[in-house]
Amino acid sequence: MTDTLTPVLSANWADERAWKIANYEHRGGYTALRTALAMTPDQIIGEVKDAGLRGRGGAGFPTGMKWSFVPQDNPNPKYLVVNADESEPGTCKDIPLMMASPHTLVEGVIISSYAIRAHHAFIYVRGEVLHVIRRLQQAVREAYSAGYLGKNILGTGYDLEIVVHAGAGAYICGEETALLDSLEGRRGQPRLRPPFPAVAGLYACPTVINNVESIASVPGIVGKGAGWFASMGTEKSKGHGIFSLSGHVARPGQYEAPMGITLRELIDLGGGMRNGHALKFFTPGGSSTQILTGDHLDMPLDFDSVMAAGSLLGTRALQIFDETTSVVRTTLRWIEFYKHESCGKCTPCREGNWWLVQMLKKFEAGQAEDGDIEKMLDVADNIGGKSFCALADGAVACVTSAVHQFRSEFEAGYRTPAWELFPYERSALFPVKTAGGHA
Amino acid sequence: MSGHEFQSFFPESGTVDMADTSTHITEATLVEMRVLADRYPQARSALLPMLHLVQSVDGRVSPRGIEACAEVLGITAAQVSGVATFYTMYKRRPAGEHHIGVCTTALCAVMGGDALLEHVSDSLGVHPGETTADGKFSLEAVECNAACDFAPVMMVNWEFMDNMDPDKADLLLDDLAHDREVHSTRGATITSWKEAERVLAGFPDGRADEGPAAAGASLAGLAIARERGWRAPEAPVRLKEEQ
Repeated sequence: MTDTLTPVLSANWADERAWKIANYEHRGGYTALRTALAMTPDQIIGEVKDAGLRGRGGAGFPTGMKWSFVPQDNPNPKYLVVNADESEPGTCKDIPLMMASPHTLVEGVIISSYAIRAHHAFIYVRGEVLHVIRRLQQAVREAYSAGYLGKNILGTGYDLEIVVHAGAGAYICGEETALLDSLEGRRGQPRLRPPFPAVAGLYACPTVINNVESIASVPGIVGKGAGWFASMGTEKSKGHGIFSLSGHVARPGQYEAPMGITLRELIDLGGGMRNGHALKFFTPGGSSTQILTGDHLDMPLDFDSVMAAGSLLGTRALQIFDETTSVVRTTLRWIEFYKHESCGKCTPCREGNWWLVQMLKKFEAGQAEDGDIEKMLDVADNIGGKSFCALADGAVACVTSAVHQFRSEFEAGYRTPAWELFPYERSALFPVKTAGGHA
Repeated sequence: MSGHEFQSFFPESGTVDMADTSTHITEATLVEMRVLADRYPQARSALLPMLHLVQSVDGRVSPRGIEACAEVLGITAAQVSGVATFYTMYKRRPAGEHHIGVCTTALCAVMGGDALLEHVSDSLGVHPGETTADGKFSLEAVECNAACDFAPVMMVNWEFMDNMDPDKADLLLDDLAHDREVHSTRGATITSWKEAERVLAGFPDGRADEGPAAAGASLAGLAIARERGWRAPEAPVRLKEEQ
């Protein structure tokens, strides 16, 4: 029986100066790299496939399969790009990982690059996290000095360069094809697929794009074996995952557990809801995943169970809201985010999110009119599935699930402002002096 | 189409201020831009870092900065400004010595971020998007900064200020206003927005070893696991022997 929490990636976060290469090596760091370099690239891909690792950036696509899509008969260079643009509202796992133990990621990058036969890798990290970028830059420098990067790594003849690349503030660059355009020095706007990045990605060359946590999981798989990794988790969602608990719980934070842990267990570990309050709704994996309620406390948090419940596991970003929270207000604030972050390329997303904000503001102010719920759902229907990338679909999921779960609260928006139904100061963690409390 | 007045749906977007031609960009800046360009298989990939570098020198994306990027990369100034105006971290008007961000995406907003932004805005006497008259502070309502377990969150020069409230914000702003030493709650000593931009461009400032590995909420699960003796399974013995 596996323990309730299984710190693997987070195991060294409390170590003194965990970010230094010597301390990482002291815990066995970079031994998996030696193991990997003694294997063939195809053996590594096989091991990652056997482990059942599914992408930790939200979509859950099998990582080993993604790697095997890289056409090795293509004469162009191959590239590995790490998506470290963590920006999905509620998601906050990769940032502490890279801050505390950047070498876990760097070791994973080297092994993964070797597996796909890349000689150049990029870590595209969002720009708004200065100290994380410092730690990554230093870790890469340390890895060069130790002979783990550069020419003829550990005498094997394998060469690899890593560039740490800071973004400049655009959620859309977490979308893999927008990230590629951004990394090419352009506006971050998604590309139409096909061709998929595995065939024509960065500089139109075969490219693998993986989330930080996916790549950071690779050294463990190679070092301890696919069987070890697969001994954790559920049948179709294997391994360990970082679950990020935020919001109205007593102890928010990062909880690394086997896939399939339940929200009831996590909230319990998090000390329960904040004193005297009850769960109202939550996102299983960031704001782009349909909100769920207390009916789903015992649902295993794995890819298939959450999908069966009508939502998505996403990034395991569990944002918890208690009974003081207005669903209308929260939805408005999420849609304001999507409106702000829409890259503007596709008309349904660019215009549609703008319209959704206008409508939600009316609901919030208690000035919506009879039929506005249907109108809003109609606008949402004209956005979803009609744009290049998933940003639009995420926004739609947010609105439709809120209406589905809490329709009466939107109906109340025909008469009463949200801040009267749910005085905003009650949701805040500190005493709010201004009466009414809405900005 | 009478009765329909055109309205830009991106009122926050705009062009670079070409009227203000002041600059501190020198030949040395261009040399550094070429260093950045050389780090990539294709030079244009360095454009985002180069624009961070421009901000570290000029305190904004300046007309001269745009020309310099275009010169080094062999692309047009229009292509550079097209990129510069897409990303929110690039400022088209002079930013303050310190960039203050208050997260007001849904979760932080609900947990106090909205009230916090209002408070900070009142304290500084500027609206989000503006800089104080003395050039000390810029204020911005930022989107989710990936620290939701520390909500409500503020950022100073893109360093985390976790678990904030109005009183802590007042102390923070007062310390910064009086040039006292300030530390991020899990980062380094606060320097300035321009110095931060130089690190983002790819020129380290030697502060990577400051601050803890992790703090507070980041360690919540690990602390419980240690207390209860929970751990991941051991690696299979067979594999251990092989190694």
